[in-house]
Amino acid sequence: MGRTFTTLDRRHFLRGIGLAAVAAGAGLPGIGSRLAWAAQRNDDALISNRPLVRYPEKTDLILLTSRPPQLETPMKYFESAITPNEAFYVRYHTYPPTDIKLSTWRLRIGGNVERPLELSMEELQGRFPSASVVAVNQCSGNSRGYSSPRVFGGQWANGAMGNAEWTGVPLRDILAMAGVKAGSVEVTFRGLDRPPMPTIFNFVKSLSVARIMEDSNVLVAYRMNGQPLPVLNGFPARLVVPGWYATYWVKNLSDITVLDREFDGFWMKRAYLIPDTPCGCVEPGTVPAGTVPTSRMNVRSFITSPRDGARVGAGSAVNVKGIAFDGGQGIESVMLSWDGGETWRRVQLGRDLGNYSFREWSYAWTPPARGSYRLMVRAVNRIGESQPAAAGFNPSGYLRNVIEQIDVAAT
Amino acid sequence: MIELMTNLRGRIILFAGIAGLAAAAVAQQGSIRLPADNPASQLKAGPGEAQTSRSCGLCHSLDYIVGQPRLDSAQWEAEVRKMIAVYGAPVTDVDAKTISDYLAANYGSPAAAGRR
Repeated sequence: MGRTFTTLDRRHFLRGIGLAAVAAGAGLPGIGSRLAWAAQRNDDALISNRPLVRYPEKTDLILLTSRPPQLETPMKYFESAITPNEAFYVRYHTYPPTDIKLSTWRLRIGGNVERPLELSMEELQGRFPSASVVAVNQCSGNSRGYSSPRVFGGQWANGAMGNAEWTGVPLRDILAMAGVKAGSVEVTFRGLDRPPMPTIFNFVKSLSVARIMEDSNVLVAYRMNGQPLPVLNGFPARLVVPGWYATYWVKNLSDITVLDREFDGFWMKRAYLIPDTPCGCVEPGTVPAGTVPTSRMNVRSFITSPRDGARVGAGSAVNVKGIAFDGGQGIESVMLSWDGGETWRRVQLGRDLGNYSFREWSYAWTPPARGSYRLMVRAVNRIGESQPAAAGFNPSGYLRNVIEQIDVAAT
Repeated sequence: MIELMTNLRGRIILFAGIAGLAAAAVAQQGSIRLPADNPASQLKAGPGEAQTSRSCGLCHSLDYIVGQPRLDSAQWEAEVRKMIAVYGAPVTDVDAKTISDYLAANYGSPAAAGRR
């Protein structure tokens, strides 16, 4: 790519390599000097100085971009497992619809099917049994603003995610009513959002027929936390693909088309691609030998309280809490360190809302003495996947899941 | 789970109470008015600012520019080329050069800006 690093980027980059080498040598995450860990921090103005804005049906969210809108959820909302609808992040590639009338809205199912359908909301709710799932919706590029070296794209901190109870109709039931013809391969999804110019591709995504048929949790959802979806989160219905990145969760859904071939559209073949390597990462400055579309989410965990930079009392217990999630295997354990990753303790897991949900965790921690403490958290899922000590890099800034950390002062 | 959703509904009912009939109408109709582009996201003054504002602002707000990390001139040039080649931005070669130079000088890495 012939990239020229800035001084800052180069310093981060070199530290990152040193850290990776140390971690690889020890065979364990979390072994590294405090200096090396500091390399993962990125307190630059692009992330810390963003304004709050209020969009229709939303509360104050962090403004990334106005048009098309990209609004980030402040971290305080992740202190609870369920993200309120009005605080749920917003991300559009093209212009969102602004006037949707349920009286004329139809969900069209066509293409390689026996009986093309046009379903009204009344039919969608009346002709199919409903199903619900609590699931995390996370942008592939969540936390891109922390990429080192940095990359172009939405400079999200960690708030391009949310967790809600989604209620709707299993997609495979709708496809069964339409009658998927033999030889069908993929299904495409399109919403009511439209590009600003005709030369720009409509936002269309695809899933394989197998992916849909094997998973009753893939829904056409018309309720979010028991309420109609906000327009900017997909009213009147959106696709819900639990465990997979949000790029597949097409909003303001209008068209479902069954294909007898693989979909070759822009948003599958040229965007949302990650290196075809086990970590989805490559050395900065190199071009991936092959790429694949993003799909299942990796394991992540966050400390939501106390906040970075907080003061706590030495010798008195503080309730350290946070969330963990993965791509649908479910969280097995969450470990907390308060000595910069030297030692780890297993924390208490909160209520289990299902394998696709945020899992709350907490730990009553008593800082033994005055001083500064680096708290770190890492989760392990039920198939043993965890989080790396050093962040992997890819050219689009996707899949970040490095072990997170905060600093607190005990006084 | 039931307890959780009860709490959640309780909160939402409270909001609905405040918002009154507007909240109820949303269930039947999704009508919203999107705010104008954030006026704080103005481009820095300099040669090429007007052209950049006009060409780029055609499809997206200018915070798509000012919110980007300070990458180098080659990366900004590649970004402008992508907008033309991939998304069909109606920008002539001459204007593309003006825009790329402006972006590198005002939103490029310090090293890149220093070379100009």
